Amino acid sequence: MMMFLQSLRMALGAIFSSKMRSFLTMLGIIIGVTALVVMVSLVSGASGAVTSEITSLGNDMILVSVRDDKGNPLRLADLEGIAALEEISEAAPAGSFNASAKYSYNEEYVSVTGTTAAYYTIRGLTLASGRFIRTTDVDNSAYVAVLSHDAAQELFGRADVLGERLSTGGRSFLVVGVLAEENSMMASMMSGLAVYVPFTVEASMAGEPYVTTVYASSADPDGTADAETAMNQYMLKRFDQDADAFQLINMSSITDALDSVSGTLTLLLGGIAAISLLVGGVGIMNIMLVSVTERTKEIGIRKAIGASRGSIMTQFLIEALLLSLFGCAFGLMLSWLILEAATIIAGSISFTMSLSTVVLAVGFSSAIGLIFGMYPANKAARKHPIEALRYDG
Amino acid sequence: MENGAAPVISMQDITKIYHVGGEEVRALDHAAMRVAEGEFVSVVGPSGSGKSTLMNIIGCLDVADSGTYVLDGQDILQYSERQLARIRNRKIGFVFQSFNLLAKMTAEENVELPLIYQGLHLTERKERARLALERVGLTDRSRHRPAELSGGQQQRVAVARALATNPAILLADEPTGNLDSKTGADIMRLFRELHEAGNTIVLITHDERIAVLAQRSVRIMDGRVEEDA
Repeated sequence: MMMFLQSLRMALGAIFSSKMRSFLTMLGIIIGVTALVVMVSLVSGASGAVTSEITSLGNDMILVSVRDDKGNPLRLADLEGIAALEEISEAAPAGSFNASAKYSYNEEYVSVTGTTAAYYTIRGLTLASGRFIRTTDVDNSAYVAVLSHDAAQELFGRADVLGERLSTGGRSFLVVGVLAEENSMMASMMSGLAVYVPFTVEASMAGEPYVTTVYASSADPDGTADAETAMNQYMLKRFDQDADAFQLINMSSITDALDSVSGTLTLLLGGIAAISLLVGGVGIMNIMLVSVTERTKEIGIRKAIGASRGSIMTQFLIEALLLSLFGCAFGLMLSWLILEAATIIAGSISFTMSLSTVVLAVGFSSAIGLIFGMYPANKAARKHPIEALRYDG
Repeated sequence: MENGAAPVISMQDITKIYHVGGEEVRALDHAAMRVAEGEFVSVVGPSGSGKSTLMNIIGCLDVADSGTYVLDGQDILQYSERQLARIRNRKIGFVFQSFNLLAKMTAEENVELPLIYQGLHLTERKERARLALERVGLTDRSRHRPAELSGGQQQRVAVARALATNPAILLADEPTGNLDSKTGADIMRLFRELHEAGNTIVLITHDERIAVLAQRSVRIMDGRVEEDA
């Protein structure tokens, strides 16, 4: 321990006595660590953001679209059967068409979605004011509409539009609710200028009386796989065991796929960055070899007054390790700055260094320092004291 | 063993052969030598006589090919590299012609260095370094680096470094070789004082005028050692 502390002091002395050279030696490690940490953090930050966007669309949601109804189309009544399944909490139909909507002289192209009350919870929507479509609206085919924040803004120029009327597809709708502004970039992009109306109204306007798309939510948020299985069985039964009649999408399977993609990407980019760390290690070895040769006389003196091979080895090994770790520390600082800057530039996505990334960088740098320090340190330790003393550098 | 004291150095039949360009060079040829405790012995011989080889073997920087060498009661020839390092650290105090101080360290740190390799604690190291520097009269220069010291002062630091471990022998290799005659005389006076204080000193030189300042002289010629009458 004593010896180790002394070696540490000697190594620090050697590193600080030639700062410029030490810095240049570290540069490879600095760049390597920065590349590693920044790339891994960018990928995980970006994929984390995308995953949370998708999750915000409803991670426990299952989407079924009917491709071929085989003459036995789904009706609203069938949804009650689906919702009655143990694994399913709720189910809502969704039919949509695009049309232009008018308010006074203002005209906007909107996406009209016909659905039922259950849609609100399944999609995790939030109201800013008013109410969503009710079951009675659907039963009575009431001409009421709920607008997304963006739709209200574009069409009316303001968000508090309860009681106003808008016309689309030749009909006049009473605005009964306005949704809260989407803070998720992706959700607002996907929903666009959305106008929600009772399913029955939309069905008659679009001339498609049957249910072709069903949104369902899993009863257990962690049991989407079970819900998917139950839904699949129900649909198979409904469509004479024909798996091609419908398509089933589980949102959590999308996030799973995304996770695996980002995992692969992290591994790939991390691997590339690790190669640059290896190059940094070669740089350390190179300079350490020069340093060992330059300090041959010093090694000779130390050996003459009683330094063993072990203590010479320890001294140079610690020096290589410290160079690598200092490089790592600088690299982490630089990465932090870059990630902060990236967060500011990206706006909505925040990039942070995870603890595991830091541990990975420190661990890898230590390993590099030790592995590439081994050869020079061993070379120093094996020098013959007489020849080393005679050396004139 | 003239004065009856136990021998610190006892060499018999020491032979060391180097191979230079396929040719055999007998640097030491059945050399024998004895140094008793408290003696001040000079080994004198021209260059090429084998005195560097002798000094390397006495100093445990090298081992002989054959013969016996007992240093302070320990048979050295069978020792491993690691054990030799330990012997150098504890039993030998080197003083070199070119001082061989570490340029980046202060006088005090240079004197401490062998004590560090002994694993001594800071307080004891500081105390022993201080005492050693005091003995060579350099207490006021302890914070200076070698470059800030004169040649004579540097050699005194080297002597202090050699003394700090209380070694069995002080082994000086041409200690005045890089100094002017006045400073050289100062260093020799220091050695005499150390001898009077009871240190065993082996001084290796080619200079007869230096050699006679020792208590006893040993001549070396063509790898053979003979006592001076």
